Amino acid sequence: MATSISLRNPNVSLGTTFPIARFASPRSSIVTLRMPGESMACPPPLATTAPSAAVETVPIGERPDRFGRFGRFGGKYVPETLMYALSELETAFETLSKDQEFQRELDGILRDYVGRETPLYFAERLTEHYRRADGTGPHLYLKREDLNHTGAHKINNAVGQALLAKRLGKKRIIAETGAGQHGVATATVCARFGLECIIYMGAQDMERQALNVFRMRLLGAEVRAVHSGTKTLKDATSEAIRDWVTNVETTHYILGSVAGPHPYPMMVREFHTIIGKETRRQAAEKWGRAPDVLVACVGGGSNAMGLFNEFVNDKEVRLIGVEAAGHGIESGKHAATLTMGEVGVLHGAMSYLLQDDDGQIVEPHSISAGLDYPGVGPEHSYLKDIGRAEYYSVTDVEALDAFKQLSRLEGIIPALETSHALAYLEKLCPTLPDGTKVVLNCSGRGDKDVQTAIKHLQL
Amino acid sequence: MALALKSSLSVLPSKQVPSISYLSCSNSFFKSLASVRFKSAVAMASLEVTQTRSISQTFSKLKEQGKVALIPFITAGDPDLTTTSKALKVLDSCGSDLIELGVPYSDPLADGPVIQAAATRALANGMNFDAVISMLREVIPELSCPVALFTYYNPILKRGIEKFMITLRDVGIQGIVVPDVPLEETENLRTEAAKHGIELVLLTTPTTPKERMKDIVEASEGFVYLVSSIGVTGARESVSLRVKSLLQDIKQATSKPVAVGFGISKPEHVQQIAGWGADGVIVGSAMVRLLGESTSPEEGLKELEALTKSLKAALP
Repeated sequence: MATSISLRNPNVSLGTTFPIARFASPRSSIVTLRMPGESMACPPPLATTAPSAAVETVPIGERPDRFGRFGRFGGKYVPETLMYALSELETAFETLSKDQEFQRELDGILRDYVGRETPLYFAERLTEHYRRADGTGPHLYLKREDLNHTGAHKINNAVGQALLAKRLGKKRIIAETGAGQHGVATATVCARFGLECIIYMGAQDMERQALNVFRMRLLGAEVRAVHSGTKTLKDATSEAIRDWVTNVETTHYILGSVAGPHPYPMMVREFHTIIGKETRRQAAEKWGRAPDVLVACVGGGSNAMGLFNEFVNDKEVRLIGVEAAGHGIESGKHAATLTMGEVGVLHGAMSYLLQDDDGQIVEPHSISAGLDYPGVGPEHSYLKDIGRAEYYSVTDVEALDAFKQLSRLEGIIPALETSHALAYLEKLCPTLPDGTKVVLNCSGRGDKDVQTAIKHLQL
Repeated sequence: MALALKSSLSVLPSKQVPSISYLSCSNSFFKSLASVRFKSAVAMASLEVTQTRSISQTFSKLKEQGKVALIPFITAGDPDLTTTSKALKVLDSCGSDLIELGVPYSDPLADGPVIQAAATRALANGMNFDAVISMLREVIPELSCPVALFTYYNPILKRGIEKFMITLRDVGIQGIVVPDVPLEETENLRTEAAKHGIELVLLTTPTTPKERMKDIVEASEGFVYLVSSIGVTGARESVSLRVKSLLQDIKQATSKPVAVGFGISKPEHVQQIAGWGADGVIVGSAMVRLLGESTSPEEGLKELEALTKSLKAALP
């Protein structure tokens, strides 16, 4: 039976031994999967990217196994200095997931400070917009992670890890940030819990996101500019890892996504899985069963894993991730890691990543800084390889159109990251049978993006 | 001619060095003959003999002589590959026992600002792996000490581990250090490296628990790399006293040679570490800085020579 660590139902012990390079045989569950593109009933899909429909039985292995691997992806590819800290973190996380007091404290903060649970909102006018001439069409729901405190899903993980750090006795927190959202979320929780906070940000990103830099400093964090490499998110992440290597005994590193070395991909997913759990209950209340299709944008992949995780073993639920195609995937200026990347090692994990012929990591491009990462969480790489989830990409221009569209149709200004998921509805909705229940993760609000939008949109 | 050479070299008691490396030595022998450099055949043969000594053998020899290895590290391609090839010869002639050559990488997690900057400069200059290999193909035959490559994992994966090791073996690289592959993930690397006679050096650090350290030293080949401090590469004012006790712990666990690296930059440091029982000292950032930040490459090479000599003088 495939098992994964759940904060509510812990049932796996990961252990603290240091195994020497042997793959544990995965305890897997056999799940019958629907191949990407196969719809639930006629009409057949119009999307040309779908292979011909055939139901296949593919085992889903452990997510992750005790080495932190999802199939061949994941692992802990970090300097030896960090290995002990990673196993300490893993043990602490496993212990706390069984600790009722910790659960209660976390639930309380998520409820009273973050503002959970977030609504599952029926987007009436968006649904109407995609209704076909014959009156049929899918029903579109938005999971309102944009309504969380700080305006995005990032805070779920920041809060969980801050509490974990306190339990570990670490008083110093570091984090990386691209656009600043994870940096702001981290600075927020450090203010809330009285922890020292240092945020690494690429010098180039700091210029583009001056407002977020100010917010972080206002919240009491020190923002350090990273001048090495391309001066963007990947370099900030590398610098944060170096800081952790140097200060590992006093410092906890709040990694912002489901990337990085084990146990981060699993831990960050577990802190976000509340998104999917709430969605299951809300869907049952609203229409009596699970959603049919889940859609989410994918940068590192945290909001997507937060929504998908609950449903990975529900073979009937289709999982769709949407990446940034920037100026178009042929242009070379994009961040469509799962579509155009190759497997390699970045920031501690084996995963798909954007690299050149020499194995050097390439600087990606997206109008949305949160998707502008040349790697992707290893679990997404795994779900793609086994065909459990499908991944597409959307250009800057398409995302901007969707940004405007949701604002006009629903009075909700979405983050540019989220706009990528929304833009994919253009291709998806025409293929979906009448009454298909689609839940899209509205991962953040777009107030932070108005300055970028002003440059690009004629209103 | 090649056969004659081969038989004269066959006295080498090396199990580590596969027979194919004799052939590549013969090839480089002919190549050097072709280049306009006149050395006596005897000198050439002795050059070939020392060239095929592995890292383990180098340490064994030094131990017999009661010496401690000087192991400099420089980044390939900073300021440019020509300077790197000259620097390798300078380091060799000043008495280096093993040279670590760093392959520049876009995201060097284990490196501090000096080596990061060197990597960025080298990459900006268009440095790539094939260029480094071409340079080494020319230079390694002229060196008397072995060369180990220091590289992150992704560039290896990109080429394919087997293909990578074959390339290294073909140019005569004897060892490899990969700082972002932990013990659990080294199996593939070790298998391919061993197949091609390349020694995979593993690192142990002050945060490594004793039991894990024992597993690491058991698996490490060539020597054991003891990281002196909790942090990334970069010169430090002094060497942590922890190194002394860490050396003792390792020496209890293994008879393999142990070299200490990270942060070492001065003769006083190397003297202290040698006094504590280390079999080798690795000096990186201090050398990289001289080459990369001097007023001219020639100036940098001169300063490199001076530093290397002063470090060598401080060692038994």
